[in-house]
Amino acid sequence: MIRMIIPLAIFLGLVALLLVSLETAEQRKLVASPLIGRPVPNFTLPGLHDPDVQRSSADLQGEPYIINVWGSWCWACREEHPYIERLGNESGIPLVGFNWKDERQDALRWLNQFGDAWTFHMVDFEGRAAIDLGVYGAPETFLVDHEGIIRHKHIGPVDQTVFEDLMRRIMEMRSEAES
Amino acid sequence: MNKAKGSGFRVQGSGGLRLSSSVFRLPCLLLAVLLLAVSGTLLAQASPEAQDEQRFSRIEPLDFRSEVEQARFRSLTNELRCTVCQNESLAESDVPLARDLRREIFHMIQDGRSDMEIRSFMVDRYGDFVLYRPPLAGHTLLLWAGPIVLLLGSLIGVIIVIRRRQQALQ
Repeated sequence: MIRMIIPLAIFLGLVALLLVSLETAEQRKLVASPLIGRPVPNFTLPGLHDPDVQRSSADLQGEPYIINVWGSWCWACREEHPYIERLGNESGIPLVGFNWKDERQDALRWLNQFGDAWTFHMVDFEGRAAIDLGVYGAPETFLVDHEGIIRHKHIGPVDQTVFEDLMRRIMEMRSEAES
Repeated sequence: MNKAKGSGFRVQGSGGLRLSSSVFRLPCLLLAVLLLAVSGTLLAQASPEAQDEQRFSRIEPLDFRSEVEQARFRSLTNELRCTVCQNESLAESDVPLARDLRREIFHMIQDGRSDMEIRSFMVDRYGDFVLYRPPLAGHTLLLWAGPIVLLLGSLIGVIIVIRRRQQALQ
């Protein structure tokens, strides 16, 4: 009797394994960034409203901040926009827009249409700095602490749940920075 | 334990054997089909050179200084995953990020960086996930050893079954 059950059990086990893997396949698409816990890479980029101003990631160090990767071509960025706006208004720390592989005119028009809650924007037209940041799809949201260490990265649009999670982490970073 | 099982088998006689093997057959067949399907998919994924020419026709023209550099570029872009469309390599993908990364790899080759350096450049930014051939480490042990263990295990299983049946027939 046991001899008959063994192959069936293996078969059912494999089926279960494959079903579970199918269920978790969505999560596996989100690549955990190896940059978490490491310093923000050095990059210097021009502004969006002020193309003549060059800002460097090193200038930002000293207080926690948020980097939000977006582009006017990115549909999910519209989806998350209300929550990004809230992050800008409620987090109490700078919200840096990382305008990725976009056309300046389109980006400015997009901000006019949807609203600009970011502290300022950095423009990465070439996509070179984005590679150093390990960006692979917009929108992406990074949390950086006062020592310039990347503490968290969210891939994909921010919704209510993610917003609450981000706010909790931001408050943690802020109290760390103050102590 | 083994002996008791073996003798029980013999007492049952040939009629018992036939009955048990017919019940046996369906699960065994299902298992075999599933394993074949899985190994078939794995084999299909393991032949990256198959559509090489078609794949490279999509890539922007690049000025290679030598055949060696071109070959290195080909093999690197073939074994690195595009993180946007995750079932494609950098060589296959049309997305803008893959184009940026190809350009980056091209420049690194021109700068005289080694394949190892280029691979670790990618891993530093996107993690082990970008490697279609992940490194042999603690958490990838099952991945690398799994197929061999499965093969050896099933071979041993087959040998045991054959021996027992031979004994049962004698």
